Amino acid sequence: MQAIQVEGLTKRYGDVLAVDNITFTADTGDTIGLLGGNGAGKTTTIAMLLGLLVPTSGRITVLGHDMGKDRFAALSRMNFSSPYVALPHRLTVRENLEVYGHLYSVPKLERRIQVLIAELDLGAFINRPAGQLSAGQKTRVALAKALINHPEVLLLDEPTASLDPDTADMVRSWLERYRDESGCTILLASHNMAEVERLCSHVLMLKQGRIVDRGSPDDLLLRYGRKDLEDVFLDIARDRRQAAEVAA
Amino acid sequence: MMRRIWGLMYRHLALYRRSWPRLVELCYWPVLQMCIWGFTASFLASRTGNSLALAGATLLGGVLLWEITLRSQMGLSISFMEEMWSRNLGHVFVSPLRPFEMIAALIGMSIIRTFLGVLPAILLAWAFYAFNLFALGPVLILFFVNLMIMGWAVALGVVSLILRHGAGAEPLAWGVLFGLAPFSAVFYPVSVLPKFLQPFSLALPSAHVFEGMRSALVHGIIRWDHLAAAFALNIVWIAAAAVLFARQFHHARVSGALISIGE
Repeated sequence: MQAIQVEGLTKRYGDVLAVDNITFTADTGDTIGLLGGNGAGKTTTIAMLLGLLVPTSGRITVLGHDMGKDRFAALSRMNFSSPYVALPHRLTVRENLEVYGHLYSVPKLERRIQVLIAELDLGAFINRPAGQLSAGQKTRVALAKALINHPEVLLLDEPTASLDPDTADMVRSWLERYRDESGCTILLASHNMAEVERLCSHVLMLKQGRIVDRGSPDDLLLRYGRKDLEDVFLDIARDRRQAAEVAA
Repeated sequence: MMRRIWGLMYRHLALYRRSWPRLVELCYWPVLQMCIWGFTASFLASRTGNSLALAGATLLGGVLLWEITLRSQMGLSISFMEEMWSRNLGHVFVSPLRPFEMIAALIGMSIIRTFLGVLPAILLAWAFYAFNLFALGPVLILFFVNLMIMGWAVALGVVSLILRHGAGAEPLAWGVLFGLAPFSAVFYPVSVLPKFLQPFSLALPSAHVFEGMRSALVHGIIRWDHLAAAFALNIVWIAAAAVLFARQFHHARVSGALISIGE
Protein backbone atom coordinates (compact mmCIF):
# COMPACT_ATOMS: atom_id res chain seq x y z
CA MET A 1 0.00 0.00 0.00
CA GLN A 2 1.25 3.47 -0.87
CA ALA A 3 1.68 5.75 2.13
CA ILE A 4 2.82 8.77 0.11
CA GLN A 5 1.87 9.66 -3.43
CA VAL A 6 3.29 12.77 -5.05
CA GLU A 7 2.22 13.66 -8.58
CA GLY A 8 3.61 16.51 -10.65
CA LEU A 9 4.52 18.55 -7.60
CA THR A 10 5.73 22.04 -8.45
CA LYS A 11 6.53 25.06 -6.33
CA ARG A 12 7.34 28.38 -7.90
CA TYR A 13 8.30 31.59 -6.07
CA GLY A 14 8.00 34.28 -8.73
CA ASP A 15 10.69 33.43 -11.27
CA VAL A 16 12.33 30.82 -9.07
CA LEU A 17 11.30 27.23 -9.60
CA ALA A 18 12.02 25.61 -6.24
CA VAL A 19 10.44 22.25 -7.05
CA ASP A 20 9.86 21.27 -10.63
CA ASN A 21 7.22 18.70 -11.45
CA ILE A 22 8.36 15.85 -9.23
CA THR A 23 6.53 12.57 -8.95
CA PHE A 24 7.22 9.71 -6.56
CA THR A 25 5.54 7.24 -4.27
CA ALA A 26 6.52 5.58 -1.02
CA ASP A 27 5.08 2.26 0.04
CA THR A 28 4.24 1.53 3.64
CA GLY A 29 7.44 0.71 5.53
CA ASP A 30 9.72 2.28 2.91
CA THR A 31 12.44 4.73 3.79
CA ILE A 32 12.88 7.19 0.96
CA GLY A 33 15.94 9.42 0.86
CA LEU A 34 15.80 12.90 -0.61
CA LEU A 35 19.33 13.74 -1.67
CA GLY A 36 20.57 16.94 -3.15
CA GLY A 37 22.70 19.98 -2.58
CA ASN A 38 21.63 23.18 -0.91
CA GLY A 39 18.66 24.66 -2.72
CA ALA A 40 17.86 21.40 -4.49
CA GLY A 41 14.28 21.48 -3.18
CA LYS A 42 14.41 18.93 -0.35
CA THR A 43 13.07 21.15 2.42
CA THR A 44 10.49 22.71 0.11
CA THR A 45 9.25 19.24 -0.80
CA ILE A 46 8.98 18.27 2.85
CA ALA A 47 7.20 21.54 3.68
CA MET A 48 4.62 20.80 0.97
CA LEU A 49 4.18 17.25 2.24
CA LEU A 50 3.46 18.68 5.68
CA GLY A 51 0.96 21.21 4.37
CA LEU A 52 3.17 24.07 5.53
CA LEU A 53 3.49 25.22 1.95
CA VAL A 54 0.85 25.22 -0.79
CA PRO A 55 2.14 23.74 -4.06
CA THR A 56 1.87 25.81 -7.20
CA SER A 57 0.60 22.67 -8.91
CA GLY A 58 0.53 18.95 -8.38
CA ARG A 59 -1.07 16.67 -5.88
CA ILE A 60 0.05 15.08 -2.62
CA THR A 61 -1.75 12.17 -0.99
CA VAL A 62 -0.59 10.94 2.40
CA LEU A 63 -2.18 7.84 3.96
CA GLY A 64 -5.04 8.18 1.50
CA HIS A 65 -5.74 11.83 2.34
CA ASP A 66 -5.42 14.59 -0.23
CA MET A 67 -3.17 17.14 1.48
CA GLY A 68 -4.78 19.96 -0.48
CA LYS A 69 -8.24 19.22 0.88
CA ASP A 70 -7.96 17.12 4.00
CA ARG A 71 -4.51 17.69 5.45
CA PHE A 72 -5.50 17.58 9.13
CA ALA A 73 -6.71 13.98 8.84
CA ALA A 74 -3.24 13.01 7.60
CA LEU A 75 -1.31 15.30 9.96
CA SER A 76 -2.61 13.48 13.03
CA ARG A 77 -0.98 10.30 11.68
CA MET A 78 2.31 11.88 10.60
CA ASN A 79 5.08 13.72 12.35
CA PHE A 80 8.18 15.66 11.60
CA SER A 81 11.60 16.43 13.00
CA SER A 82 14.19 18.94 11.97
CA PRO A 83 17.11 20.50 13.80
CA TYR A 84 16.10 23.80 12.21
CA VAL A 85 12.72 23.95 13.93
CA ALA A 86 13.13 24.28 17.68
CA LEU A 87 10.98 23.20 20.55
CA PRO A 88 10.10 25.85 23.16
CA HIS A 89 13.42 26.11 24.92
CA ARG A 90 12.11 27.35 28.28
CA LEU A 91 9.81 24.37 28.68
CA THR A 92 11.23 21.20 30.15
CA VAL A 93 11.56 18.11 28.01
CA ARG A 94 8.57 16.57 29.78
CA GLU A 95 6.43 19.68 29.27
CA ASN A 96 7.34 19.74 25.59
CA LEU A 97 6.29 16.12 25.20
CA GLU A 98 3.07 16.82 27.12
CA VAL A 99 2.27 19.80 24.87
CA TYR A 100 2.75 17.77 21.69
CA GLY A 101 0.97 14.80 23.20
CA HIS A 102 -2.07 17.02 23.67
CA LEU A 103 -1.74 18.59 20.23
CA TYR A 104 -1.71 15.10 18.69
CA SER A 105 -4.42 13.87 21.11
CA VAL A 106 -2.23 10.95 22.16
CA PRO A 107 -4.15 8.46 24.32
CA LYS A 108 -2.53 7.39 27.61
CA LEU A 109 -0.03 10.20 27.21
CA GLU A 110 1.88 9.68 30.44
CA ARG A 111 2.51 6.04 29.54
CA ARG A 112 3.66 7.01 26.05
CA ILE A 113 6.07 9.56 27.52
CA GLN A 114 7.47 6.92 29.88
CA VAL A 115 8.08 4.59 26.93
CA LEU A 116 9.89 7.32 25.00
CA ILE A 117 11.95 8.25 28.06
CA ALA A 118 13.07 4.65 28.35
CA GLU A 119 13.67 4.01 24.66
CA LEU A 120 15.47 7.25 23.87
CA ASP A 121 17.21 7.44 27.23
CA LEU A 122 15.77 10.83 28.18
CA GLY A 123 15.54 10.16 31.90
CA ALA A 124 18.61 12.13 32.93
CA PHE A 125 17.30 15.39 31.50
CA ILE A 126 13.52 14.95 31.32
CA ASN A 127 12.91 17.81 33.77
CA ARG A 128 15.52 20.13 32.30
CA PRO A 129 14.53 23.05 30.02
CA ALA A 130 14.98 22.09 26.37
CA GLY A 131 17.19 25.14 25.81
CA GLN A 132 19.79 23.82 28.24
CA LEU A 133 20.41 20.55 26.41
CA SER A 134 23.36 19.56 24.27
CA ALA A 135 22.88 19.11 20.52
CA GLY A 136 22.68 15.34 20.93
CA GLN A 137 20.12 15.56 23.71
CA LYS A 138 18.06 18.04 21.68
CA THR A 139 18.04 15.66 18.75
CA ARG A 140 16.78 12.83 20.95
CA VAL A 141 14.07 15.08 22.35
CA ALA A 142 13.09 16.20 18.84
CA LEU A 143 12.88 12.56 17.86
CA ALA A 144 10.75 11.78 20.92
CA LYS A 145 8.42 14.64 19.93
CA ALA A 146 8.28 13.25 16.37
CA LEU A 147 7.34 9.82 17.69
CA ILE A 148 4.89 10.93 20.36
CA ASN A 149 1.86 9.99 18.23
CA HIS A 150 3.20 6.69 16.82
CA PRO A 151 3.42 8.26 13.34
CA GLU A 152 2.70 6.13 10.32
CA VAL A 153 4.61 8.61 8.18
CA LEU A 154 7.69 10.32 9.52
CA LEU A 155 9.37 13.21 7.73
CA LEU A 156 12.91 13.91 8.81
CA ASP A 157 14.93 16.88 7.65
CA GLU A 158 18.62 16.19 8.33
CA PRO A 159 17.91 14.36 11.58
CA THR A 160 21.57 13.86 12.48
CA ALA A 161 22.95 17.24 11.40
CA SER A 162 25.50 18.57 13.91
CA LEU A 163 25.63 15.33 15.90
CA ASP A 164 28.80 13.53 16.85
CA PRO A 165 29.26 10.13 15.12
CA ASP A 166 28.29 8.17 18.21
CA THR A 167 25.02 10.02 18.79
CA ALA A 168 24.25 10.04 15.08
CA ASP A 169 24.71 6.27 14.98
CA MET A 170 22.41 5.86 17.96
CA VAL A 171 19.72 7.94 16.27
CA ARG A 172 20.02 5.92 13.05
CA SER A 173 19.79 2.65 14.93
CA TRP A 174 16.75 3.86 16.74
CA LEU A 175 15.07 4.97 13.51
CA GLU A 176 15.77 1.59 11.94
CA ARG A 177 14.28 -0.18 14.92
CA TYR A 178 11.19 2.02 15.01
CA ARG A 179 10.61 1.57 11.27
CA ASP A 180 11.04 -2.21 11.45
CA GLU A 181 8.77 -2.56 14.48
CA SER A 182 6.04 -0.13 13.43
CA GLY A 183 6.05 -0.36 9.64
CA CYS A 184 6.37 3.42 9.53
CA THR A 185 7.14 5.12 6.23
CA ILE A 186 10.06 7.52 6.47
CA LEU A 187 11.01 10.34 4.15
CA LEU A 188 14.51 11.45 4.95
CA ALA A 189 16.22 14.58 3.61
CA SER A 190 19.91 14.43 4.32
CA HIS A 191 23.34 15.50 3.23
CA ASN A 192 24.83 12.50 4.96
CA MET A 193 25.41 9.86 2.31
CA ALA A 194 26.35 7.12 4.73
CA GLU A 195 23.08 7.69 6.55
CA VAL A 196 21.09 7.50 3.34
CA GLU A 197 22.91 4.36 2.26
CA ARG A 198 22.21 2.71 5.58
CA LEU A 199 18.58 3.71 6.09
CA CYS A 200 17.00 4.18 2.70
CA SER A 201 15.43 1.60 0.45
CA HIS A 202 15.04 4.14 -2.33
CA VAL A 203 16.77 7.41 -3.11
CA LEU A 204 15.56 10.44 -5.05
CA MET A 205 18.40 12.61 -6.32
CA LEU A 206 17.26 16.22 -6.52
CA LYS A 207 18.94 19.01 -8.37
CA GLN A 208 17.51 22.47 -8.99
CA GLY A 209 14.11 21.27 -7.93
CA ARG A 210 13.97 18.27 -10.24
CA ILE A 211 14.43 14.57 -9.66
CA VAL A 212 17.46 13.86 -11.81
CA ASP A 213 17.86 10.25 -10.81
CA ARG A 214 16.32 7.65 -8.55
CA GLY A 215 16.75 4.09 -7.44
CA SER A 216 17.91 1.99 -4.55
CA PRO A 217 21.36 2.87 -3.17
CA ASP A 218 22.75 -0.32 -4.73
CA ASP A 219 21.21 0.51 -8.12
CA LEU A 220 22.71 3.98 -8.08
CA LEU A 221 26.14 2.73 -7.06
CA LEU A 222 26.05 0.17 -9.85
CA ARG A 223 24.77 2.61 -12.41
CA TYR A 224 27.43 5.20 -11.66
CA GLY A 225 30.17 2.69 -11.02
CA ARG A 226 30.92 4.17 -7.63
CA LYS A 227 31.70 2.71 -4.25
CA ASP A 228 29.65 5.10 -2.18
CA LEU A 229 26.75 7.47 -2.60
CA GLU A 230 28.92 10.49 -1.94
CA ASP A 231 30.65 9.97 -5.27
CA VAL A 232 27.29 9.47 -6.96
CA PHE A 233 26.12 12.69 -5.35
CA LEU A 234 29.20 14.53 -6.65
CA ASP A 235 28.74 13.08 -10.13
CA ILE A 236 25.21 14.41 -10.20
CA ALA A 237 26.05 17.73 -8.57
CA ARG A 238 28.85 18.31 -11.07
CA ASP A 239 27.01 16.95 -14.08
CA ARG A 240 29.40 14.00 -14.45
CA ARG A 241 26.62 11.50 -14.87
CA GLN A 242 27.31 10.60 -18.48
CA ALA A 243 31.03 10.19 -17.91
CA ALA A 244 30.39 8.10 -14.83
CA GLU A 245 27.88 5.92 -16.61
CA VAL A 246 30.24 5.40 -19.51
CA ALA A 247 33.00 4.50 -17.08
CA ALA A 248 30.66 2.07 -15.34
CA MET B 1 -10.55 19.66 19.56
CA MET B 2 -10.63 20.79 23.19
CA ARG B 3 -7.53 18.76 23.92
CA ARG B 4 -5.57 20.41 21.12
CA ILE B 5 -6.68 23.84 22.32
CA TRP B 6 -5.65 22.90 25.85
CA GLY B 7 -2.31 21.62 24.51
CA LEU B 8 -1.36 25.03 23.17
CA MET B 9 -2.66 26.81 26.27
CA TYR B 10 -0.69 24.42 28.45
CA ARG B 11 2.47 25.34 26.52
CA HIS B 12 1.98 28.99 27.57
CA LEU B 13 0.81 28.26 31.10
CA ALA B 14 3.88 26.09 31.66
CA LEU B 15 5.97 29.06 30.63
CA TYR B 16 4.29 31.35 33.17
CA ARG B 17 4.43 28.73 35.90
CA ARG B 18 8.13 29.18 36.42
CA SER B 19 8.78 32.68 35.13
CA TRP B 20 8.03 35.34 37.72
CA PRO B 21 9.25 38.18 35.46
CA ARG B 22 6.53 37.20 33.00
CA LEU B 23 3.93 37.24 35.78
CA VAL B 24 5.15 40.63 37.04
CA GLU B 25 5.08 42.01 33.50
CA LEU B 26 1.40 41.09 33.22
CA CYS B 27 0.29 43.38 36.04
CA TYR B 28 3.14 45.92 36.09
CA TRP B 29 1.73 48.39 33.59
CA PRO B 30 -1.95 48.23 34.69
CA VAL B 31 -0.90 48.78 38.33
CA LEU B 32 1.43 51.62 37.35
CA GLN B 33 -1.34 53.26 35.33
CA MET B 34 -3.71 52.89 38.25
CA CYS B 35 -1.22 54.56 40.60
CA ILE B 36 -0.70 57.55 38.30
CA TRP B 37 -4.38 58.09 37.50
CA GLY B 38 -5.49 57.18 41.01
CA PHE B 39 -3.37 59.93 42.54
CA THR B 40 -4.54 62.34 39.85
CA ALA B 41 -8.16 61.54 40.66
CA SER B 42 -7.49 61.91 44.40
CA PHE B 43 -5.88 65.27 43.80
CA LEU B 44 -8.85 66.47 41.75
CA ALA B 45 -11.30 65.27 44.38
CA SER B 46 -9.39 66.97 47.21
CA ARG B 47 -9.16 70.35 45.49
CA THR B 48 -12.68 70.72 44.21
CA GLY B 49 -16.22 69.56 44.65
CA ASN B 50 -18.32 66.60 43.78
CA SER B 51 -18.35 67.18 40.03
CA LEU B 52 -14.61 66.72 39.69
CA ALA B 53 -14.70 63.77 42.05
CA LEU B 54 -17.05 62.18 39.53
CA ALA B 55 -14.64 63.12 36.78
CA GLY B 56 -11.95 61.33 38.77
CA ALA B 57 -14.12 58.25 39.00
CA THR B 58 -14.73 58.21 35.26
CA LEU B 59 -11.00 58.66 34.78
CA LEU B 60 -10.25 55.60 36.88
CA GLY B 61 -13.02 53.61 35.19
CA GLY B 62 -11.58 54.61 31.83
CA VAL B 63 -8.07 53.57 32.81
CA LEU B 64 -9.20 50.18 34.09
CA LEU B 65 -11.49 49.36 31.18
CA TRP B 66 -8.96 50.53 28.60
CA GLU B 67 -6.45 48.19 30.18
CA ILE B 68 -8.91 45.36 29.53
CA THR B 69 -8.81 46.14 25.80
CA LEU B 70 -5.07 46.62 25.78
CA ARG B 71 -4.29 43.46 27.78
CA SER B 72 -6.63 41.26 25.75
CA GLN B 73 -5.04 42.51 22.52
CA MET B 74 -1.51 42.07 23.80
CA GLY B 75 -2.38 38.74 25.42
CA LEU B 76 -3.28 37.25 22.06
CA SER B 77 -0.55 38.93 20.00
CA ILE B 78 2.25 38.21 22.45
CA SER B 79 1.24 34.56 22.88
CA PHE B 80 1.49 34.19 19.11
CA MET B 81 4.84 35.95 19.08
CA GLU B 82 6.12 33.68 21.88
CA GLU B 83 5.67 30.80 19.42
CA MET B 84 7.49 32.77 16.78
CA TRP B 85 10.37 33.78 19.05
CA SER B 86 10.90 30.19 20.17
CA ARG B 87 10.93 29.08 16.49
CA ASN B 88 8.18 26.65 17.36
CA LEU B 89 5.57 27.69 14.80
CA GLY B 90 6.81 25.09 12.32
CA HIS B 91 5.96 22.30 14.75
CA VAL B 92 2.63 23.87 15.70
CA PHE B 93 1.50 24.38 12.12
CA VAL B 94 2.33 20.80 11.08
CA SER B 95 0.44 19.36 14.04
CA PRO B 96 -3.28 18.58 13.70
CA LEU B 97 -4.07 21.89 15.44
CA ARG B 98 -6.42 23.80 13.12
CA PRO B 99 -5.85 27.55 12.71
CA PHE B 100 -9.15 28.33 14.44
CA GLU B 101 -8.11 26.09 17.33
CA MET B 102 -4.86 27.99 17.58
CA ILE B 103 -6.82 31.26 17.74
CA ALA B 104 -9.12 29.75 20.38
CA ALA B 105 -6.07 28.79 22.47
CA LEU B 106 -4.58 32.26 22.07
CA ILE B 107 -7.91 33.81 23.09
CA GLY B 108 -7.93 31.53 26.14
CA MET B 109 -4.47 32.78 27.03
CA SER B 110 -5.57 36.35 26.41
CA ILE B 111 -8.43 35.95 28.92
CA ILE B 112 -6.08 34.52 31.55
CA ARG B 113 -3.42 37.17 30.93
CA THR B 114 -5.98 39.99 31.01
CA PHE B 115 -7.47 38.99 34.34
CA LEU B 116 -4.10 38.29 35.91
CA GLY B 117 -2.95 41.69 34.73
CA VAL B 118 -5.96 43.88 35.43
CA LEU B 119 -7.37 42.30 38.58
CA PRO B 120 -4.55 43.64 40.81
CA ALA B 121 -5.15 47.14 39.40
CA ILE B 122 -8.89 46.85 40.06
CA LEU B 123 -8.21 45.75 43.64
CA LEU B 124 -5.70 48.58 44.04
CA ALA B 125 -8.27 51.13 42.86
CA TRP B 126 -10.73 49.76 45.38
CA ALA B 127 -8.26 49.59 48.30
CA PHE B 128 -6.44 52.90 47.84
CA TYR B 129 -8.82 55.16 45.96
CA ALA B 130 -12.17 53.75 47.11
CA PHE B 131 -13.10 53.23 43.49
CA ASN B 132 -15.08 50.03 43.12
CA LEU B 133 -15.41 49.15 39.45
CA PHE B 134 -17.70 46.27 40.38
CA ALA B 135 -20.23 48.83 41.69
CA LEU B 136 -21.23 49.18 38.05
CA GLY B 137 -23.02 45.89 38.54
CA PRO B 138 -23.51 43.02 36.11
CA VAL B 139 -23.32 45.38 33.15
CA LEU B 140 -19.59 45.50 33.83
CA ILE B 141 -19.34 41.98 32.43
CA LEU B 142 -20.87 43.21 29.17
CA PHE B 143 -18.35 46.07 29.08
CA PHE B 144 -15.53 43.59 29.68
CA VAL B 145 -16.76 41.21 26.98
CA ASN B 146 -17.05 43.97 24.39
CA LEU B 147 -13.65 45.43 25.10
CA MET B 148 -12.01 42.01 25.02
CA ILE B 149 -13.61 41.12 21.70
CA MET B 150 -12.33 44.39 20.27
CA GLY B 151 -8.87 43.61 21.65
CA TRP B 152 -8.93 40.19 19.95
CA ALA B 153 -10.04 41.71 16.67
CA VAL B 154 -7.12 44.15 16.74
CA ALA B 155 -4.75 41.35 17.80
CA LEU B 156 -5.87 39.17 14.91
CA GLY B 157 -5.12 42.11 12.63
CA VAL B 158 -1.63 42.38 14.15
CA VAL B 159 -1.02 38.62 13.81
CA SER B 160 -2.19 38.83 10.19
CA LEU B 161 0.31 41.61 9.53
CA ILE B 162 3.07 39.54 11.15
CA LEU B 163 2.14 36.60 8.92
CA ARG B 164 2.33 38.91 5.92
CA HIS B 165 5.34 41.07 6.80
CA GLY B 166 7.22 38.96 9.34
CA ALA B 167 9.10 40.26 12.35
CA GLY B 168 9.00 43.82 10.99
CA ALA B 169 5.35 44.04 12.03
CA GLU B 170 6.04 42.94 15.63
CA PRO B 171 6.20 46.45 17.18
CA LEU B 172 2.56 46.95 16.19
CA ALA B 173 1.62 44.47 18.91
CA TRP B 174 2.65 47.06 21.51
CA GLY B 175 1.55 50.25 19.84
CA VAL B 176 -1.37 49.72 17.53
CA LEU B 177 -4.13 50.06 20.11
CA PHE B 178 -2.75 53.35 21.45
CA GLY B 179 -3.54 54.78 18.02
CA LEU B 180 -7.20 54.03 18.63
CA ALA B 181 -7.28 55.43 22.17
CA PRO B 182 -7.92 59.08 21.19
CA PHE B 183 -11.01 58.00 19.23
CA SER B 184 -12.25 55.49 21.80
CA ALA B 185 -13.64 58.18 24.12
CA VAL B 186 -11.80 56.62 27.04
CA PHE B 187 -11.51 59.80 29.10
CA TYR B 188 -13.90 62.18 27.32
CA PRO B 189 -17.19 61.85 25.46
CA VAL B 190 -17.35 61.42 21.69
CA SER B 191 -18.99 64.86 21.46
CA VAL B 192 -15.66 66.46 22.42
CA LEU B 193 -14.10 65.25 19.18
CA PRO B 194 -14.33 67.37 16.02
CA LYS B 195 -17.48 66.58 14.05
CA PHE B 196 -15.61 64.92 11.18
CA LEU B 197 -13.94 62.47 13.58
CA GLN B 198 -17.08 61.47 15.42
CA PRO B 199 -18.32 58.90 12.83
CA PHE B 200 -14.90 57.24 12.97
CA SER B 201 -15.07 57.19 16.75
CA LEU B 202 -18.57 55.74 16.75
CA ALA B 203 -17.38 52.95 14.46
CA LEU B 204 -15.21 51.72 17.34
CA PRO B 205 -16.92 49.36 19.80
CA SER B 206 -14.80 50.84 22.58
CA ALA B 207 -16.30 54.34 22.13
CA HIS B 208 -19.77 52.91 22.85
CA VAL B 209 -18.50 51.03 25.88
CA PHE B 210 -16.91 54.14 27.38
CA GLU B 211 -19.98 56.25 26.66
CA GLY B 212 -21.97 53.56 28.45
CA MET B 213 -19.52 53.47 31.34
CA ARG B 214 -19.75 57.24 31.87
CA SER B 215 -23.52 57.11 31.74
CA ALA B 216 -23.58 54.35 34.36
CA LEU B 217 -21.03 56.05 36.61
CA VAL B 218 -22.30 59.61 36.39
CA HIS B 219 -26.04 59.22 35.88
CA GLY B 220 -26.59 55.67 37.04
CA ILE B 221 -28.25 54.93 33.70
CA ILE B 222 -27.36 51.90 31.63
CA ARG B 223 -27.28 52.83 27.97
CA TRP B 224 -28.40 49.64 26.30
CA ASP B 225 -28.32 51.37 22.93
CA HIS B 226 -24.56 51.88 23.27
CA LEU B 227 -24.05 48.31 24.44
CA ALA B 228 -26.06 46.97 21.51
CA ALA B 229 -24.02 49.12 19.13
CA ALA B 230 -20.79 47.86 20.71
CA PHE B 231 -21.86 44.23 20.26
CA ALA B 232 -22.97 44.82 16.66
CA LEU B 233 -19.73 46.58 15.78
CA ASN B 234 -17.71 43.87 17.47
CA ILE B 235 -19.38 41.22 15.34
CA VAL B 236 -18.32 43.17 12.26
CA TRP B 237 -14.79 43.79 13.61
CA ILE B 238 -14.09 40.23 14.69
CA ALA B 239 -15.56 38.80 11.47
CA ALA B 240 -13.41 41.16 9.39
CA ALA B 241 -10.34 40.25 11.47
CA ALA B 242 -11.06 36.52 11.10
CA VAL B 243 -11.35 36.88 7.32
CA LEU B 244 -8.11 38.89 7.23
CA PHE B 245 -6.34 36.24 9.34
CA ALA B 246 -7.61 33.38 7.16
CA ARG B 247 -6.44 35.19 4.01
CA GLN B 248 -3.02 36.03 5.44
CA PHE B 249 -2.57 32.52 6.79
CA HIS B 250 -3.30 31.11 3.34
CA HIS B 251 -1.01 33.68 1.76
CA ALA B 252 1.76 32.69 4.19
CA ARG B 253 1.30 29.05 3.18
CA VAL B 254 1.59 30.05 -0.49
CA SER B 255 4.54 32.42 -0.09
CA GLY B 256 6.48 30.19 2.27
CA ALA B 257 6.33 32.76 5.08
CA LEU B 258 5.26 30.08 7.56
CA ILE B 259 8.64 28.43 7.13
CA SER B 260 10.71 31.55 7.71
CA ILE B 261 8.41 33.55 9.99
CA GLY B 262 10.26 35.43 12.70
CA GLU B 263 13.48 35.64 10.75
